[in-house]
Amino acid sequence: MLKNDNNMLDRAEAPSRHEIQDIDLIRPDEVIFDNGVRVFIFRAPTQELIKAEFIFQNIFDGSEDSLLHTCASHMLKEGTKTRTGAQIAEEIDFYGAYLMPEYSFDQTALTLYSLNKHLNAVLPVVHDILSAAIFPEEELETYIRNNKQTLQISLQKNEYVARRLFFKNLFGESRYGRVPTEEAYDKLNRDDLIALYQKQIQPQNCTLILSGNITDDVLKHVRALFDVQWANTVDTNSIVAPKFPVFVPSTVMETRADALQSAIRLGIPTINRVHPDFPAIQFVNTLLGGYFGSRLMRNIREDKGFTYSIGSAFASLQHTGFFTIATEVGVDSTQATLVEIEKEFTILRETAAPEEEIALVKNYILGSVLGSIESVFSHADKFKAVYFYGLDISYYTRYNEIIRNMTAADVQRIANTYFDYNNLLKIVVGRNN
Amino acid sequence: MINYQRFTLDNGLRVLVHEDHTTAMACVNILYDVGARDESPDKTGFAHLFEHLMFGGSVNIPNYDTPLQEVGGENNAFTSNDITNYYITLPSANLETAFWLESDRMLSLAFSEESLEVQRNVVCEEFKQRYLNQPYGDVWLRLRPLAYKEHPYRWATIGKELRHIEDATMEDVKAFFFKHYVPSNAIMVVSGDVSFNQVKTLAEKWFANIPARQKPERRLPQEPKQLAPRREEVYSDVPVNSIYIAFHGLGRIHPDYPVMDLLSDILSRGNSSRLYRALVKDQPLFSEVNAYVCGSIDPNLIVIEGKPLAQVDMAKAEASLWKQLDILKTELMKETELQKVKNKIESTMVFAELSILDKAMNLAFFEALGSADWYNEEVDKYLAITPDDIQRMAREIFIPENSSTLIYYAKERQQHAG
Repeated sequence: MLKNDNNMLDRAEAPSRHEIQDIDLIRPDEVIFDNGVRVFIFRAPTQELIKAEFIFQNIFDGSEDSLLHTCASHMLKEGTKTRTGAQIAEEIDFYGAYLMPEYSFDQTALTLYSLNKHLNAVLPVVHDILSAAIFPEEELETYIRNNKQTLQISLQKNEYVARRLFFKNLFGESRYGRVPTEEAYDKLNRDDLIALYQKQIQPQNCTLILSGNITDDVLKHVRALFDVQWANTVDTNSIVAPKFPVFVPSTVMETRADALQSAIRLGIPTINRVHPDFPAIQFVNTLLGGYFGSRLMRNIREDKGFTYSIGSAFASLQHTGFFTIATEVGVDSTQATLVEIEKEFTILRETAAPEEEIALVKNYILGSVLGSIESVFSHADKFKAVYFYGLDISYYTRYNEIIRNMTAADVQRIANTYFDYNNLLKIVVGRNN
Repeated sequence: MINYQRFTLDNGLRVLVHEDHTTAMACVNILYDVGARDESPDKTGFAHLFEHLMFGGSVNIPNYDTPLQEVGGENNAFTSNDITNYYITLPSANLETAFWLESDRMLSLAFSEESLEVQRNVVCEEFKQRYLNQPYGDVWLRLRPLAYKEHPYRWATIGKELRHIEDATMEDVKAFFFKHYVPSNAIMVVSGDVSFNQVKTLAEKWFANIPARQKPERRLPQEPKQLAPRREEVYSDVPVNSIYIAFHGLGRIHPDYPVMDLLSDILSRGNSSRLYRALVKDQPLFSEVNAYVCGSIDPNLIVIEGKPLAQVDMAKAEASLWKQLDILKTELMKETELQKVKNKIESTMVFAELSILDKAMNLAFFEALGSADWYNEEVDKYLAITPDDIQRMAREIFIPENSSTLIYYAKERQQHAG
């Protein structure tokens, strides 16, 4: 028998595997402007696009009204002392730029993307917005009217209603638990918006991340506008931490008689990125429900066919973190899905994970980390994700090291500490026959 | 501008290579020139169901996902009315694993009954999640058959109805595979931290001995010219009224396609666009309004859609949309406004070149259209457009006889408390 026929390809045998390298992150240059703006610069000399992110810590003093912050962020671009909202849109669009207010639980940002050649034309518009926004009454009416209509539509989506109940039950009346209602939209007013703007959009509360071909000339131009011509007008208060209600696990069922699918959301408040267990938790979460080959996907989608998708995540917030599982399943499978999820928790806690699975999840995560770096913007994103927690990019070295060293015993220890099905908040919107 | 090199194997498989050594990753994108338009009218949704089955194991490899995840890779796929596209990104050191997996499923599938059974369920849940259990989720299930009477674009990628998916058999699966999943009907693009010679060697090793089989011939019924306006009004369990007006437009490779594309940008790209300014801001009649081209390969639809505010009469809302379309027909637009949408095209193209996956997909799609080179020529076509072109196109397209209008009226209903 011929053993070494070169033309015979053994298609059943996988090609040899090669080790996955760590990422090599760019360490930014740091400059502090005289007015207190902290600038981080990520250079990519050949890139044609520049990204400038102006990030402000959300300021809550006394009030936990996060809807006001969302509204202020959306309306930043709707008018200044010298430009109407229409003019701002026209100028930004004319230069092919993108200017996007972004609101998250802890920060409000104004992000600009521009071709290098048009940067000098659009930066003055950003400066105008950050120093002289006026939140016109008429624009606020439009904002309220349109958002109330959008809310009506969202409230008919089971998935949205489930998400809303989830945050309300997890974080109560704190900033993380507030959800929009028609009444809350009606209470928005110019005075509150302007007061918030004046407190929050201040140089000393601003972190500016510049990435792309940031030449000395670009920096000079940025400095002329956002240092020399941008003064602090009030002292920014230091960050006040929110108070959270005591979490009590409960089950919330909202019946929708005509539902074809039930939206399910489970979860619990938990630790965030600063906790040393966070990377290991990410590992266990990935194994349970964090990727296409996860146990939940294999069981509930690929084996049972109950759903198009199911996933879980640990999210990090400035003052807490939360775990969540989300899926939409055929109404007849609602109860069966909950039973299967519980089984997966039990297995995770009681049975050592097979070595092959541990090895697979390691490589999958290391591959995703490597693949998460696409352009200089990804380097800036990685920095941003740790900076506001008081961490630096050495976090990622430590993260990969922990991932590489995970064992079945580690998985079980983490599972028994952080993954308890009986302790979860359980939301079902739809039908549970 | 995306540089690439190419070669074709004897079995007809086309391979394009784009080297980008600024990343440590590689991307392998395989486009099969088959989509929902190639389905028979009594078995719709099949191309998409089939895409799911491509992950159910191949002839020599029982599980597709696991070996890929073991080497740090990720994959996904999508089906459109025109094409089916599969992609892998993985650390470039493990590039060969992608060739191994993709070549085996091009060779033949495992054709597992169990996988068919489960994926039928999964796709039915996807159908419910995206199209049935959402307000306005069934727009395209209604709008397509209203606008198209002959061309297979009259059904959506997900299919006409759940029953077509439930009825799919293993015989259908096998016939579909051997007809459409042949090397000459595929385009493979490898991008990222790879070299041309490495790709060539791997392609020859893994793909060259896949039998050629015959490239399927496509003979689709052409859509006859629409001669009268069409209209469908539904009273539905939706929270607010909604209107969609679809016009027949041009195919993707028609020289005037970019003109039609810019026409939709002028109407609704960005906060300074005409529909948004006129109808959401200046004279608030709508809470949202939008215009877009479907982007299909055969003659397209260009769609104008919006949700009028609660107290606004639908007839008035509809007339206000037409008024904006009429302005494009009667008043020649200013050069500066045209320059604005061209500038946006230019920056969008730069964005699309930040990711090796986007670059691979774009090369594959343009190669399927006729030539990957056209991707690099695209910007110049947009930059050459004049205000007269825009006016001419608006006059050709935005006429009542060419329109299909779908209106949702909200049924009186109890408000849910949040």
